[in-house]
Amino acid sequence: MSGLLDLVKPRRSLSRRKRADRLFAACGAGAVFLVVLWIGFLFASLLVRALPAMTAYEIALTVQLEPEQIPPDNPRRGNWRGVLAQAVADLLNAEAQTLDAELIPSERVAAKLLLSKGAAAELRSLVIKNPSWLGKTGTESARTVFLPVSDSLDQYAKGLLVPSTQDGALVSPKTAELFDQLRQAGVVQRKFAWRFFVRADSRFPALAGIAGAVKGSLLAIMVCLFLSFPVGVAAAVWFEDFAPEGRRTDLFRINVYNLAAVPSIIFGLLGLAVFLNFFSMPRGAPLVGGMVLALMTLPTVIVVSASALRAVPSNLREAALALGASRQEAILHHVLPYALPGILTGTIIGLARAFGETAPLLLIGMTAFLTSVPEGISSPATALPAQIFLWADQPERGFAARASAAIVALLIVLTLVNLAAILLREKMEKGRSR
Amino acid sequence: MTQTQTTATTEGADNEICLEARNLSVRYGKVQAVKDISLVVRARQVTALIGPSGCGKSTFLRAINRMNDLIPTCVVQGSVRLGETEIYDPAVEVEALRARIGMVFQKPNPFATSIYNNVAYGPRVQGLVRHRRETDERVEKSLRRAGLWDEVKDRLKESGTSLSGGQQQRLCIARAIAADPEVVLMDEPCSALDPIATARIEDLMDELRARYTIVIVTHSMQQAARVSKRTAFFLLGELVEEGATGEVFTNPQDERTLNYVTGRMG
Ligand SMILES: Nc1ncnc2c1ncn2[C@@H]1O[C@H](COP(=O)(O)OP(=O)(O)OP(=O)(O)O)[C@@H](O)[C@H]1O
Ligand SMILES: [Mg+2]
Repeated sequence: MSGLLDLVKPRRSLSRRKRADRLFAACGAGAVFLVVLWIGFLFASLLVRALPAMTAYEIALTVQLEPEQIPPDNPRRGNWRGVLAQAVADLLNAEAQTLDAELIPSERVAAKLLLSKGAAAELRSLVIKNPSWLGKTGTESARTVFLPVSDSLDQYAKGLLVPSTQDGALVSPKTAELFDQLRQAGVVQRKFAWRFFVRADSRFPALAGIAGAVKGSLLAIMVCLFLSFPVGVAAAVWFEDFAPEGRRTDLFRINVYNLAAVPSIIFGLLGLAVFLNFFSMPRGAPLVGGMVLALMTLPTVIVVSASALRAVPSNLREAALALGASRQEAILHHVLPYALPGILTGTIIGLARAFGETAPLLLIGMTAFLTSVPEGISSPATALPAQIFLWADQPERGFAARASAAIVALLIVLTLVNLAAILLREKMEKGRSR
Repeated sequence: MTQTQTTATTEGADNEICLEARNLSVRYGKVQAVKDISLVVRARQVTALIGPSGCGKSTFLRAINRMNDLIPTCVVQGSVRLGETEIYDPAVEVEALRARIGMVFQKPNPFATSIYNNVAYGPRVQGLVRHRRETDERVEKSLRRAGLWDEVKDRLKESGTSLSGGQQQRLCIARAIAADPEVVLMDEPCSALDPIATARIEDLMDELRARYTIVIVTHSMQQAARVSKRTAFFLLGELVEEGATGEVFTNPQDERTLNYVTGRMG
C-alpha cells in the first residue's frame, strides 16, 4: 500500500528533480533560440545589404551606329564614347519639354554625368555580339539599348547616397533632380541585375558579376572531388582492411588524422612551393586550386570514410568472404556500398568546407582581377570566396553590395550542398534496413 | 523425431572421412582458444560441437574454412585436411577453399540486395554460372533445397532483409549451398530464432545431410541430440570426448561430459 502511495504522491526530492529537469530542458531551448536568433540576424543583415546588388538602374538610349563612327569591319576601333555622348544629347533634346531647362547639362559632360563609366565597353561588347546592327546608315543604324547609369546615381536612387553641393560630392542636387525627372519620364528604369549572375569581375560595379568566380570555384571543386574522393576512400579502405596491425600503421593513422586539423593556409603554402614553384604549374588555375583544396579535404575524407567503413557490420564482410569472395570483392560488392552514404556525406561536407576556403587560394594566385569567365581548369580563375574578399576590399560603394550578394550566393550554394548530403544519406540508408 | 534418431544411427555409419583436424591449436595473441584438437568428421552426416561458452567451438569451426585468417592476431598450428587437401598449405587458395566449405552464421546476415542476388552471389563470384538461365536454375535449386522456394518464388526481387528471421536464416543456408560446397558449417544457426523456425531448420538439416557434410555448433543439447549423428564435447579449448551422439548423451566416457550433458556444469 505504501509503495502505491509513493507512486501517486511524489516525494519532495522528486519534485525538485523534476524542476531541475525542466530547467535543463529550458536551458537547451534557450541555447537553440539564441543560435536561431543570431543566424537569423546574420542572414537578415546580409540580405538587406545584398539587395541593392539585385537591381540596377538603366537608361534607355537610342544609339546611331553609323559606319563613320563604328567601322563595321573593325568595331573595336569605333568611337564608342562619341556615339554615347551623341545618344545622351539626343535623349535630353527629345525629353526637353519634360525636363527643367536649367537642369540640362552641357553636351560635353552629360554622358559622363549620367552613364556608368563602363557603358562604352558594355555597348561595344553588345554590338560585337550583334554584328548585323552595323553597316547601316540613317534611321536604319539606330538601336535602342539599356545601359547602366553611373555608379553614384545608382547609389542615390537606392537611397545609399545623399546629394550634396560640397566640392568633390559624388552627386550634386542638380544631377539628382535631372535623374529623378528622367525616371519620371520612364527613360531610366529599375531592372533586375542579370549582369551580376552572368558576368565576371569588372572595374565598374554595375558590370561586375559572380559568374567567373562561381565557375572558377566549381572547376576547382571538381578537381578537388576527383582527386580527394578516390584517393581518400582508397586510403580509408587500406587503413581499415589491409593495413598491418602495429605501431607503424598507428603512426600513419595518427598523422593523417592530424592533417585534418592543419590550418588551410599551410596547404596554400605547400601548393605554392610544390605545384607552382617546383612543378611550374599555371598560376591561379582551378587545377592548382583544386589540388590544394584536395590536399586539405583528403584527411577529412579519409577520417570520415574510415569511420563509415568501421561502422559496417562485420557479419556483412564475413558473409561475403565465407562465400569465397576475395577481400577486394567483399569490399567492392558489399562493404563499400553499405558505407557509401556515410562516405558521401562526409565527402560533401569536406567539399563544402573547401568551397568556402579562401586562404590557400590567396597563396596560389586565385585572387587575380579577371574580367572574363574562366574557360577550363588550366586558365586563370578566381573563386567565389576570393571574389568576396576582393570586392569587400574595394573603395567603390557598389562593390560592398556585391560582396554581400556574393556571400548570400555562397551561403545558398553551401546550404543546397548540405541539404543534398542529408537527402542523399536518407535515401541511401532507406535501401539498407538491417 | 525418434524415427530420425534411429535412421541416423544405422545409415552412413562408415562414411568416408571428409574433414580431419590433427593436433590443431589456435590462439589469439596469448589466448589459447583451441588446444591440440584432433577430430575426424565423416562425410554426409551431421556432427555437433557442444560445450560451454568460450570453449573454442566457434574458433574450431572458423579454423575449418580459414575465417580466422581475417583476425590478425590469430595463429593456427597443426593440420586440417579436407579430403586429401591440407587446407593450411600455402598453395591453397582460400577463396576456392571457402567455396567448398559453406558457412551459416549465428545471426542471419543476408546481403541488402534482392533474394535472388543473395543466392546467386556465391556462384557468380566463383564463376560457376555463365548466363542468366544457369543462374536462375541454381537459385531455384538452392532455394528449393533450403525449403524456401515456395515462400519466396514470387518475390525474388524483394530485399533479402525483408524476410522474417527464420526465412532469412534459410536464405543464408540457400546462399551457402548455392556454390555446391561439400561441407556446411553452422555456428549456432538457430540461436536467434523462435522454436518453429528452429524446427524448420532442423528438418532442413535432416534433408541436407544426404548431400552435404554438416558441422553444427549448438548450445542446445536437445538440438544436438535431434539432428546430429556424432557429437564432440569441447571444454576450455580441448576436445574432451567425441562419439556417436546417443553414446555421448547417455553413456559418456568422461566425467566432465557427463556433468555437462546432465546440466551440472554450464
Ligand atoms: N577475435 C578474437 N580475438 C581474441 N580472442 C578471441 C577472439 N575470438 C574468440 N576469442 C577467445 O577465444 C576463446 C574461444 O572463443 P570462441 O568464440 O571460439 O568460443 P565459443 O565456444 O564459440 O563460445 P560461444 O559458445 O560463447 O560462442 C574465448 O576465450 C574468446 O575470448
Ligand atoms: Mg561461438
